[in-house]
This record gives sequence, structure tokens and C-alpha cells, in this order.
Amino acid sequence: MSEVLVVVEHADGSVKKVTSELLTLARIMGEPSAVWIGPGYSDVAAAVLGEFGAAKVYVADGAQYIDHPVAPRAEVLASLVADQSPSAVIIASSADGKETAGRLAIKINSGVITDAIGISAEGIATQSVFGGSTVVHSKVTKGTPIFAVRPNSTPPVPAAVTTTRVDVSVPISEVAMKAKVTGRTVAQKDGRPDLSEAAIVVSGGRGVGAPEGFAVIEALADSLGAAVGASRAATDAGWYPHQYQVGQTGKTVSPQLYMANGISGAIQHRAGMQTSKTIVVVNKDPEAPLFELADFGVVGDLFKVVPQLTEEIKKRA
Amino acid sequence: MAALLNCQAVKSPGREGVGVKIAVCVKQVPDTWAEKKLRSDDSTLDREAADGVMNELDEYAVEEALKVQEAHGGEVTIVTMGPERAGETVRKALSMGADGAIHLVDDAFHGSDALATSYAIATVLAGRGFDLIFFGSESTDARMSVVPAMVAERLGMAQLTFAQKVDVIGTSVTIQRVTDYGFETVEASMPTVVSVVEKINEPRYPSFKGIMAAKKKPVETLSIADAGLDVSQLGLAAAWTVVEDFAARPPKAAGTVVTDDGEGGIKLADFLATQKFI
Ligand SMILES: Cc1cc2nc3c(=O)[nH]c(=O)nc-3n(C[C@H](O)[C@H](O)[C@H](O)COP(=O)(O)OP(=O)(O)OC[C@H]3O[C@@H](n4cnc5c(N)ncnc54)[C@H](O)[C@@H]3O)c2cc1C
Ligand SMILES: Nc1ncnc2c1ncn2[C@@H]1O[C@H](COP(=O)(O)O)[C@@H](O)[C@H]1O
Repeated sequence: MSEVLVVVEHADGSVKKVTSELLTLARIMGEPSAVWIGPGYSDVAAAVLGEFGAAKVYVADGAQYIDHPVAPRAEVLASLVADQSPSAVIIASSADGKETAGRLAIKINSGVITDAIGISAEGIATQSVFGGSTVVHSKVTKGTPIFAVRPNSTPPVPAAVTTTRVDVSVPISEVAMKAKVTGRTVAQKDGRPDLSEAAIVVSGGRGVGAPEGFAVIEALADSLGAAVGASRAATDAGWYPHQYQVGQTGKTVSPQLYMANGISGAIQHRAGMQTSKTIVVVNKDPEAPLFELADFGVVGDLFKVVPQLTEEIKKRA
Repeated sequence: MAALLNCQAVKSPGREGVGVKIAVCVKQVPDTWAEKKLRSDDSTLDREAADGVMNELDEYAVEEALKVQEAHGGEVTIVTMGPERAGETVRKALSMGADGAIHLVDDAFHGSDALATSYAIATVLAGRGFDLIFFGSESTDARMSVVPAMVAERLGMAQLTFAQKVDVIGTSVTIQRVTDYGFETVEASMPTVVSVVEKINEPRYPSFKGIMAAKKKPVETLSIADAGLDVSQLGLAAAWTVVEDFAARPPKAAGTVVTDDGEGGIKLADFLATQKFI
């Protein structure tokens, strides 16, 4: 079977859930090998990658790969593609993932498909475009296909194998070092699941009214083990930090359940949540456009409906 | 090599009197609110079906470029690849205050994918001595967020992308790159590619004076041949990807909407229970 390279998304040494989804998808096309770029590879990481079928893990270990944005990752991948001639490269469709895919595409003169939500054995990608109104099937016709796949597109299915670590050392070019990361500012972690990976997202918008208003949103999220999201109106007002913004210029999420509270449903917001499997809307305005997308909607004051729901969930737990 | 580097340093940008030579890449896209469709004949975006507007994020790129110019002097050139009518978008950018524009127009561009677009843009930018090349971080129609990184790759330039803040000091550029967990501070020397997110500023509206002045500003219109581009790398036939088929997503079955009568939260809990979320 042909080798498919899967780029590992990791933070603080732990493998992100999207990686197990990508490995699951890669198995449809061939035999997945994981590619770990950056510091922090460990037996724990190897165990996760092995659980989802990565017989080989190429490890480019070292801080130098993450001290410069994007470009070094593309160089490691280009060198692996040249050496291993894989049948495809799969990466997460995050900001970093898409840019890495873009630079790699130029280096290896190959086509790239971003925001895929599925890939077939024949390498045909499914995309959901124009805010979910159109489903497109497309494929790469030149070079080694590169697919950037959205988190939560496929349920991870284990297929345990023993992994072998293969160290790779790729010298980084001067060009790739031109941009240098000189600092990282980590916004306070909230201990909730990662917004782009969470199975349930509870969001608040302008209807939440004030920073304190988000307490009811957070309480509901916590009763469900969910991540918290926000509309731009809420992040712009400073009620909730920017990294929680859902939408065109925030995160694109595709959870099993998306609950929008006090959000009207502007097209830029929809662009980031429209492919959620189940959508719940709470808004006091029956005309709010987001009701069009709702599987279940409540016309009412979120400050009444949401706390009552949270209580009810706790009661039933 | 050392001599060459020195000589570049002498001509270095951002200095008093010389100013910063800035390009801003803008794209005309279908109006955000318009229903977007693919053409049944060749599966490309139906650009005739909707009004064209400047890609929203590109307005922020133009604004940021103008701010750098206000602080450091220099000139701002708009660059776009797109059909004749994308000239409207060029005019808008000029009326916001940019000095001139380069418009790549050719029927053979039709159907170009990101690799081709980045090839055309990089080729026309190369050798013109731009110190800063601004982009929006995403176009609302393609939504790929790859063109800025691709252009940086092709030009061998640093990429400072997804910037929520840009600081220019002499020839050094520092940005805050938005990440999943906050932001990274990233630094590079000119020349560099910069892409911006919408947090960065509030784009100005063109003034009446700006609109009048824009009419007299120079727009260089280039065909594929004029720009010295290889037509075999462009357009639908040359694309690195192909659309096999597409279909409108079956409309979602209308959901249930209830009005809160004091039991709204409980009804919602019932719904979540039937869906096995609780
Ligand atoms: C370039 C650009 C990029 C953008 N990117 C994004 C993006 O990434 N994400 C994003 O979200 N937006 C984005 N926007 C902004 C978008 O256009 C909207 O302005 C924004 O989504 C509105 O947020 P909202 O729905 O919270 O606020 P509003 O539209 O003001 O809606 C608030 C809603 O709350 C309801 N409400 C008020 N009080 C209550 C209450 N007590 N109980 C229940 N309901 C109540 C109201 O009926 C109303 O429907 C972008 C805009 C631009 C120009
Ligand atoms: N045809 C084009 N002409 C000029 N700039 C473009 C074009 N296409 C994309 N861009 C630029 O690249 C950015 C990202 O676009 P995309 O990669 O398509 O999401 C946009 O915000 C523009 O700045």
C-alpha cells in the first residue's frame, strides 16, 4: 500500500485530536506515516499515533522548526516528499496548516485542496463551500496531492500498530528563517476543550450584553463539557477574548452541537459554524436569521432560557 | 555577497526621505450577502451573478498600508488580478488614498487556482522593489488563506501573516500573529509579505475628494503577455486541481422553533436528550 504522510498537530507535547481524525482518513487512501515537526516528541505521543495506525513516525525534533512560522515545516515536508514519494500529504486545515500546505504546494509543484471535510480512496476530496450551501468534489491533478482537512470532519477510529521512530534532520534554509518568532503570548487557558476540536460549542453574542453575561454561557458550556465561543460583536466589545471568535475571521468550527445564544446570524458568523451537525439557537427576536439554520430554536431571553437549561442538564445528569 | 548585502542596506527602505514602497493585493469578490453559485459549464465561481465588491479583509490591508505610509512616507500601489470589472475595486482602493495600481486582466486568467494566482501576483511584484506587500488574510469566495504564504514562498520573502498589529521601525517589521492560543510576536526585515486580520484597524471610507482624485491616478493594465507570464501555467486548463462535480446541499429540514413560555430551557433540554447530548 502506498504511504500517506499525515502532519501531526501538537501542543505542549500532546497530540491534538484532529491528528487521529487525519490518520483515520489517511487509512482510506493508504498506509499512514505521521510527521512530527518541532520539540516535545515522546512515548506518549508515539502511543497515540500508533493507536490510530501510524506505523512510522518521521520526527524532525527541535525548537528551530517552530521558531520561524510556517516555512520550516514546509521544508521538512518537501524533503520527505522527495525522499519517500508518498501518494498524498494530509494536514489540518488550521491557519498554520493551510499556509504550510500552500508553501509545500509551490515547493513540490503540486495541487492543494483546503477545508476538505472528506477524502475518498481515489483521492477525491469533499468540500462544503459558500457557507455550506454547496457540496463540491474535487481532486488534485498535478503532483503529490496535498489535503488540508477540517477538524471534526470524521470520527477517529483506532487501528493499533507498533510505531517506529524515524529521525529526520532537515537543515532550514536562510529564507525560511527570515521571519522569527520573538515571543508567544498565551491567553489564559480556560481548561475547556479546544474550540476548533470540541464536540459541543456554546457561543454568546451581543445579546449577552456584558462581560459578566458570559457567566451563564460558561455555566452551560461546563454542564455539557463544551467549549465556549463568541461572535465578533462580543469579542470586539471586549466581553470575551478574541481567540474564541467563531466565524469568517475567527475559528471555523464543525462540532456535533453548536448552541448560539444572543447571536443574530450574520453571514460572517455563519461562515464559521454552518457545517455544525446540530444547531440550537436562543434569541429573543423571532426574526433573527440564525433561526433558519436551527434544528431547535427558542425565542426568548437567554438570561432565562440558558440558566434554566443548565439547571435541567444538571438535574438529569 | 557581503558587498551586495551592504548595497541593499544603503538602498534600504523605511528611511527618511525615501519612504516605504508598499504594494497591497486586493481581490474583487461577489458581494458578501449575495448567493454564490458555481457555473454549470465549467464549475468556476459565477462572478456575473452577483455584484462585485472589494474582499472585506483587503480593505483592512489597504488601511494598514496607508497608515504605514502616513507614518513613514513612501507610496502605495494596489495590485489585483481579475476581470475588467475588478477595476471598480481598484478605484475604491485608490479613492481610499492609494497612489496607483497594477491590474492584471486577461481572459486566459479565468479559472486560475491559488498556485496560478500566486504565480501571476509574484511575477508582477518581483523586481519592482516593494518593501512591504500587504494582503488580506482570506478572500471571502475562495477562503483558502494561502495566497499570501504562496507569494512569500515564490518571492523568497519572509511571511508575517495573520497580523492583528503591525509595527514598522526603520527596516524592521514586527507583527502580532493571531494563533489558536493568543498571539506570537514575529519579526522580519523588509522586504516582507504581511497579511492582516480584521482586528487590526477600522478601514476609512473614501472621501468625496478621494473619489475625485482617484479618477486621475495611474492604473497600469497588464495582459498575460505584458506581464511576461507563461500562459501554460494559468487559467482553468492549467489548474492543479479540478472540480469533479458539485451540488446544492439538500436544504435542511426546517427545525422546531418554540417561544419561551417559562419552560423554554426545559424544552431545550428535552430536545438535547432526544439527540443524546444529555
Ligand atoms: C471583515 C469582517 C469579518 C467578520 N468576521 C466575523 C467573524 O469571524 N465572526 C462573527 O461572529 N462576526 C464577524 N463579523 C461581524 C458580523 O458581520 C456581525 O456584525 C456579528 O456576527 C454580529 O454579532 P452578534 O450576532 O453577536 O450581534 P448582533 O447582530 O447585534 O445580534 C445580537 C442578537 O442578540 C439578540 N439578543 C439581544 N439580547 C438578547 C437576550 N437577552 N436574549 C436573547 N437574545 C438576545 C438580538 O435579538 C440579536 O439577534 C465580521 C464582519 C466583517 C466586516
Ligand atoms: N486575484 C487576486 N488578486 C489580488 N490579490 C489576491 C487575489 N486572490 C487573492 N488575493 C490576495 O490574497 C489574500 C488571501 O486570499 P485567499 O488565499 O484566496 O484566501 C486576499 O485577501 C488578497 O489579498
